[in-house]
Amino acid sequence: MTILDAHLPVLPVVVPMLIAPLVIMLRPRGLAWAAATATSSMAFLIAMALAAGALDGEAQRYALGAWAAPYGIELSVDSFGALLLLILTGASTLALLAGKASLDQQLEADRQPLFLSAWLLVLAGLSGILISADAFNIFVFMEISALASYILVAGGPDRRAMPAVFKYLIMGTIGATFYLIGIGLVYMMTGTLNLTDIQVRIQDVSDLRPILVAAGFITVGLGLKAAVFPLHVWLPNAYNFAPHAATVFLAACATKVSLYILLSFDFVVFQQNLIGHEMQFAAFLMPLAVLGILAASAVALFEPNIKRMLAFSSVAQIGYILLGASMVSLLGMTASLMHMFNHALAKGALFMAVMCLAMRFPSLELDALAGAAKRMPWTMGAFVVGGLSLIGIPGTAGFTSKWYLITASMEFGGAGWLLVAVIVLGSLMAVAYIWRVVEVTCFRQPETGPVEVSEAPRLMLTVTWLVALANVYFGLSPWLQTRLAEGGARMLLGEMP
Amino acid sequence: MNLLGLYNYWVFAVLLMIGFYAVVAKTNLVKKLMGLSLFQAAVFLLYITMGKITGGTAPILQKGVSDAVFSNPLPQVLILTAIVVGISTTALGLGIVVRIQEEYGSIDEKDIQEIDRR
Repeated sequence: MTILDAHLPVLPVVVPMLIAPLVIMLRPRGLAWAAATATSSMAFLIAMALAAGALDGEAQRYALGAWAAPYGIELSVDSFGALLLLILTGASTLALLAGKASLDQQLEADRQPLFLSAWLLVLAGLSGILISADAFNIFVFMEISALASYILVAGGPDRRAMPAVFKYLIMGTIGATFYLIGIGLVYMMTGTLNLTDIQVRIQDVSDLRPILVAAGFITVGLGLKAAVFPLHVWLPNAYNFAPHAATVFLAACATKVSLYILLSFDFVVFQQNLIGHEMQFAAFLMPLAVLGILAASAVALFEPNIKRMLAFSSVAQIGYILLGASMVSLLGMTASLMHMFNHALAKGALFMAVMCLAMRFPSLELDALAGAAKRMPWTMGAFVVGGLSLIGIPGTAGFTSKWYLITASMEFGGAGWLLVAVIVLGSLMAVAYIWRVVEVTCFRQPETGPVEVSEAPRLMLTVTWLVALANVYFGLSPWLQTRLAEGGARMLLGEMP
Repeated sequence: MNLLGLYNYWVFAVLLMIGFYAVVAKTNLVKKLMGLSLFQAAVFLLYITMGKITGGTAPILQKGVSDAVFSNPLPQVLILTAIVVGISTTALGLGIVVRIQEEYGSIDEKDIQEIDRR
């Protein structure tokens, strides 16, 4: 056990990456799924062990191949990374558990092993981003996860998945290449790729202009990958046409992992070294965050397809996360990191409920779902709980981070009230678009006569409710996300007040 | 620091912009991918250039030579990885274009939008 403990930080990558090629060979029905789910659960257990370590306040470091940093590649897991690892591995495990029936419905049996192998590669790549402390390693893991997630999206049964994934590929690659240019410029000036080492060596750089350009490239490139408004155009279609199980997985964590690198770079690497960088960061991203919240919520209000509506809502939630971060205060940053966790819970529950609906309804257009609550009462129950959490009703997880966000805005005095107004307006729009779905599914009569209850498969429904109840549990006692988020925020803000 | 001394960097910027223009402006999906490849190739040039030292040689220790100036090998190694990533991206992109052609009978963005709207 002690040997395992010592190698714990590297395991979230090694385990799924080794199993991924083996999964392809598991042809018999259901076996590939079982192997992928088992692997993903194992990654979840590892993430829990790492999070337990992070809660004790130790940053867990690991030198790959025992080559010491800065020459070797270093891995490090702090509270921020552990928080996102929990979201990532949890989302993957629950989406796989719940998604069995949906995958069987949407993918032919012989394509499933390939699809699940790509799934594990996404898991390995995203975990790699979270544990790595080396700028170039992050790029490689980013591309591993991106290439595999294009395959996940392309697995969708609708042919419109193809143009959607092409757009995703083009924009994802441009984002990653911008990031590559950025770290190239940083390497040019500092001669190192280790994040902590860069931070120290930038202080000796006399000409800071290339670093400033690098900060610009990295922020915009990662903004593209994180679907920051107005760079989000790839997201709605990609999420909409992906297989439902993959949407649950990607919506819960893919964009947040890009935000993780964005925040790590802008705060840990550049913040203390570029003069007035927090002002540049806030002045650039806060308007985008505000616009994102308002515009994406407004689009969601009028979107006729509920899966696409939730995808637009995701763009708005990225806005909340960025808004918290761009306040550059401890409260704001904590709110931002908490919202990553809470949004993953809420959106996970919502997309799972959509997956349940899709088991019984051929179309996810709102008009086709009239009276759905009579046919699938439990599914719609979970949808409502997830929706309440998305809106931020007290007693659900979404409330805690919005409360922190509002408290942080009020620290700004007069101008802060404008931000409060934006947050409240965004939440009101969320009330409206969730209510539209509730109204149609609960109160509108279906066109064809009386219908009998036909719920989603039991396993899928159980997991959906598990996530819905997790929204309530973490709303009533938000100890886990609060402590990890606060630890992460302190680390990001460093010496600053 | 004269302008011509930065020749490689000029080429990097121009190639980058040509590639980017093709990605944004062309509607043919294969041309878009060509632009994307060019865009990535420009970045390879940036990395290779920064590793070069005037008069520098390959970083190999030789008997009897103690004052050799070595070029930095690390950017080249990094870019080897990035080239592999670029090839995979292009291959996957072309694979998707083939599927689009099968499904839609066209690889032009405008046609595809037109077909989807119907």
